[in-house]
Amino acid sequence: MTKPPILIPHASGTNRDQEAAQAIEIAGGDPRVVHVNRLLSGEVSFGDHAAILIPGGFSYGDSLGAGGRLALELRTWFADELDAAVRAGRPILGICNGFQALVKAGLLAGPQRTGGRTVTLTHNSNGRFECRWVTLGIEPGCRSSWLASLSEVVFRCPVAHGEGRMAVADPEVLESMDDGGLVAFRYLDSGATPLAPTGRAGGTYPANPNGSVADIAGMCDATGAVVGLMPHPEDHIFDWQRPSGPPGGSGLPLFEAFVEAAR
Amino acid sequence: MVLRIEVTSIDDPEGPRVSEMARSLGVLGVTGCTVSRVHNIRGQLSDAQVELLCRDLLVDPVVDTHTIGVSSPSGRVVEVAVQPGVTDLEARELERAAAELGLPTIEVAMARRYDLLGEVSDDDFETLIGRALVNSTVEHWSPDQLEPEFSVAAAADVRVTTIQLSTLDDGELLDLSRHMLLSLDLEEMRAIRAHFESEGRRPTDAELETLAQTWSEHCVHKTFRAEIALAHHHHDGSVTSTVHDGLLNALRRVTEALDPWWLRSAFVDDAGIVAFDDHDDLAFKVETHNHPSALEPFGGANTGVGGVVRDVIGVSARPIACTDVLCFGPIDLSDADLPEGVLHPRRIRDGVVAGIGDYGNKLGLPTVNGAVIYSEGYVGNPLVYCGSLGLLPQGSHPTEAKLDDRIISIGGKVGRDGIHGATFSSASMDASTGDTVGSAVQIGDPITEKGCIEVVERARDAGLYNAITDCGAGGFSSSVGEMGEDLGVEVDLSTVPLKYPGLQPWEIWLSEAQERIVLAVPPDRVAEMQLLCSQWDVEMTDLGRFTGTQRLVVRHGSTAVVDLPMAFLHDGLPRRHMSAVWTDPTPAECALPEFQADHVLRLLAHPDVASNEDIVRTYDHEVRGGTVVRPFVGPEADGPSDAAVLKPLGTSRNSLAAVLSNGICPRIGRLDPWAMAMMAIDEAVRNLVAVGGDPDRVALLDNFCWGDPTKPDRLGGLVRAVQGCVDGAELYAMPFISGKDSLFNEFDGEPIPGTLLISALGLVPDIAHAIDSAGSAVEDDVWMVGTQSNHLGGSLIAEILELPTTQLPPMVTDPLSRYRAVHAAIAGGLITSAHDCSEGGLCVAASEVAVASRHGINITVPSGSSQPLVVFANEAPGRILLTSRLADRAAVEVALGEHASLMGKVTDEPLISLSAGETTIEISVEAAVSAFRDRIVA
Repeated sequence: MTKPPILIPHASGTNRDQEAAQAIEIAGGDPRVVHVNRLLSGEVSFGDHAAILIPGGFSYGDSLGAGGRLALELRTWFADELDAAVRAGRPILGICNGFQALVKAGLLAGPQRTGGRTVTLTHNSNGRFECRWVTLGIEPGCRSSWLASLSEVVFRCPVAHGEGRMAVADPEVLESMDDGGLVAFRYLDSGATPLAPTGRAGGTYPANPNGSVADIAGMCDATGAVVGLMPHPEDHIFDWQRPSGPPGGSGLPLFEAFVEAAR
Repeated sequence: MVLRIEVTSIDDPEGPRVSEMARSLGVLGVTGCTVSRVHNIRGQLSDAQVELLCRDLLVDPVVDTHTIGVSSPSGRVVEVAVQPGVTDLEARELERAAAELGLPTIEVAMARRYDLLGEVSDDDFETLIGRALVNSTVEHWSPDQLEPEFSVAAAADVRVTTIQLSTLDDGELLDLSRHMLLSLDLEEMRAIRAHFESEGRRPTDAELETLAQTWSEHCVHKTFRAEIALAHHHHDGSVTSTVHDGLLNALRRVTEALDPWWLRSAFVDDAGIVAFDDHDDLAFKVETHNHPSALEPFGGANTGVGGVVRDVIGVSARPIACTDVLCFGPIDLSDADLPEGVLHPRRIRDGVVAGIGDYGNKLGLPTVNGAVIYSEGYVGNPLVYCGSLGLLPQGSHPTEAKLDDRIISIGGKVGRDGIHGATFSSASMDASTGDTVGSAVQIGDPITEKGCIEVVERARDAGLYNAITDCGAGGFSSSVGEMGEDLGVEVDLSTVPLKYPGLQPWEIWLSEAQERIVLAVPPDRVAEMQLLCSQWDVEMTDLGRFTGTQRLVVRHGSTAVVDLPMAFLHDGLPRRHMSAVWTDPTPAECALPEFQADHVLRLLAHPDVASNEDIVRTYDHEVRGGTVVRPFVGPEADGPSDAAVLKPLGTSRNSLAAVLSNGICPRIGRLDPWAMAMMAIDEAVRNLVAVGGDPDRVALLDNFCWGDPTKPDRLGGLVRAVQGCVDGAELYAMPFISGKDSLFNEFDGEPIPGTLLISALGLVPDIAHAIDSAGSAVEDDVWMVGTQSNHLGGSLIAEILELPTTQLPPMVTDPLSRYRAVHAAIAGGLITSAHDCSEGGLCVAASEVAVASRHGINITVPSGSSQPLVVFANEAPGRILLTSRLADRAAVEVALGEHASLMGKVTDEPLISLSAGETTIEISVEAAVSAFRDRIVA
């Protein structure tokens, strides 16, 4: 089977790009880590890739808010390329810093309103960077077509972020997200297993590690092609990576679905 | 035109943090705090452009509000900004981002504004400023608006002065050394005077500074190379006199004698190197950054991580993990006990932890192993040990610069930051240190260093350089001076990019501005290097060339700055002859109280034992996806693990993993530094073995933090500790591959407790057999490896109960056969969990196994003559608590033989039950969890 070429843009300060590339490769894709400078110079083009994965890290040191400057670059330099990718239905996945950048660039803006985006990712409610394993459920009813085959799948992987709390402008935004199928991942109670999901974290720490509203760990856009999440499924590809503790599947099926959608 | 934009986030965690700090300082009038980011922007922007800037860069529409101009105060206001000359990353980022937005060029000066709500008296206000909000070493503040200070385009101030030495007498030479912060003694100053008299000229400022850096304790380890006469006073009144021909030599000799096949490089490079598998090697280094962290905890620890990671880059390795071991004063220290000029331990801890997390996380490196120790001895002088592990293909690290190679520097720009760092770390501190050497404090920029990592890895694989070193203490003067030792170099400083104007040539030459790597690049590969650097957004500078003249020649344009023969620079330092005294403590015995459950809970809740989860979880320990055994383990992920096991990314061709552990026991050192070294080695090794590490593949690192070595009583302990390392390395047959000494750790003439950190690097043969302290199942057997001791000297229970006992437990005599047996049992899949027995002894180890697994544990020690308190709280080395399946009992008996005894069971009932003789104490697992995790003793 052909391996779809998958672009992994690297901005200064990006990390976990190598793990993301490893996950894509194992999932059957052809990962290509490319520095943003080479995309900007035109040496490498978005259009030559079947999908885009924006990895984690601290792009440009997150000095202007997490993912802030990368978001600016996505919006000012690569708006047309990204727009074309979305229109063509090519999957775009943002993880952690990549998710933050997609949100702030407006590609994952939440329910549309005049006056701009209605969702954001902001400081964890405990005010600290937090690294721990969490249990995630893929939301039934999520409108992303490439996640559809994984509906209700439960998996475990680590979070590692300081600004991962999903916040919304007002409660109606949350309703529209639910109604519109924009919620893609939620933090689950740590007792949840792939066979018997016991439900959401209910806002309680540490199952919901950052205080995200409605336990939202990730979302998609109205087209369903663009998906973002704070946790790191690319750090749970092998069984030996999973710590003792609650059971839960690996993140590999997510990358397999992503690569499949890129075919 | 200067525009001011204030942005306030409704959920900025800094506000609640300030309120909490105020409460902890006893400032109860503060009911809340609003924090705003102040952006002072100079440039010609239209209203529409200002709006664009706010919408696209500064203001998050969901959580932020903003004001153009000055918002009206909602309480007492403090505005804080970094002092001119201190790196302001956020301001630089905003300038770059505005350019990307297509806006006219702007200059930015950032500030933080605090609006303190509630009733804040003048006294409280001052307390908050001095103790919580402002660090005057690097920041300034105002009770209203702070006048913004913009940085300006950079040019050097090309002034070179010469110094008259030949007419100076001894006293004047010493005055000059003090006045110029050279930290050189009289003999060294005389040697310099003699050299320049023979050349018939005066030295330049840069030449004196270069010699002071190169000859500093920090760079050349004068004490560790000295001949030392030790008088050891025994408690029976007898005295043993010995002469030690160089402490460093003693450590090297034992490594040379052991010389295992897997040792690649010891002591000669920036980091030690050992084999990993058939393809790759591992590089490991641990450094300290104590004095900078005392003055500016965040920046000091931040650049401590940056520095040790560069050591690993400096041996051509890709950094893959970090470690940190920290020693602070007591967190609950009362104000009355805080010396003037010292930051409170809480503030130092918070800053250091934030600094370590910030740098490691932003480099994308997992911080996986460490420890935190609290003691009064560290109030004026905290210790910050930072380690880094790297991976490099075998044979990929070139170490020989060639004639005509270009001297290429990559990474950060040069400022006045960090001038005199090497000499500053080679002198003691007092209340005025912050003012006199504030320039030694550096601010880190991990993103620039991340760029260096990416560039060096690719340059190495493309064979673009013949030699490489990191630019650390002493700046270019050390890195270029060392690299050019054999060939000689010629450097032009006018090519060096500067952060701001006014730097004199000697300052550029000496600056310890962070995130720089120096490489020797053949002239025909420079263009490739340049291309690689621009692809990765890394600045590159061509400083000069390797000449073959064996001289260090530095110019600034056409102005001569330094012209020294390499021979004098590197071999002209007179050897020191030092004297040392060690006096054994007077033996004391004491009556022991009856053993109680409360003792166990107090041990578990002691800051040195209790969980550090609140610290460790602010470090990313998962990035790079290779973490097999984590800092916290078990069903609730809150049980302590013994060591970190890492499967490096890109090595999935086999099932080998690396293991990192440490040993540190300053309590023992107060009684006997020799025993401290032996016990620290044992602690590091048993931790490593407990997770599945192979005792025949262990490499050790030493890090000595000590007081002023020119004082014989300090030096005596140091000599004993080194002797312990040498004896330990021989007994355990484990080579030291790298080490570092940080001396002059004193405040106001009071030394820290001599503190030795032993770090161990080993291999786990198969990740399937990496285990932790939590893997036991109900009905498992519990085994104790090793034997207890009747002595409580140096133990935590002795400290808690204030027992004056001084007698130490005996050292392990057969460590290798013992640990080989344990390793074979673990590697054979017979062991379900393992946990080392250290501070607090068996009762703590058993309780921690119960906490980690959430099972009960039932331990019965055969009755003997020892009192139960001694049985359960002694800290005899060489002990590991193991669990195994009932069905494997016979096999475990055979595997462990005489090294272990069956001691109990893992139980379903959530109870920790400890019996010895007639005494049984019981603690619920829940109570143990509360004590260990929440430090609550019910």
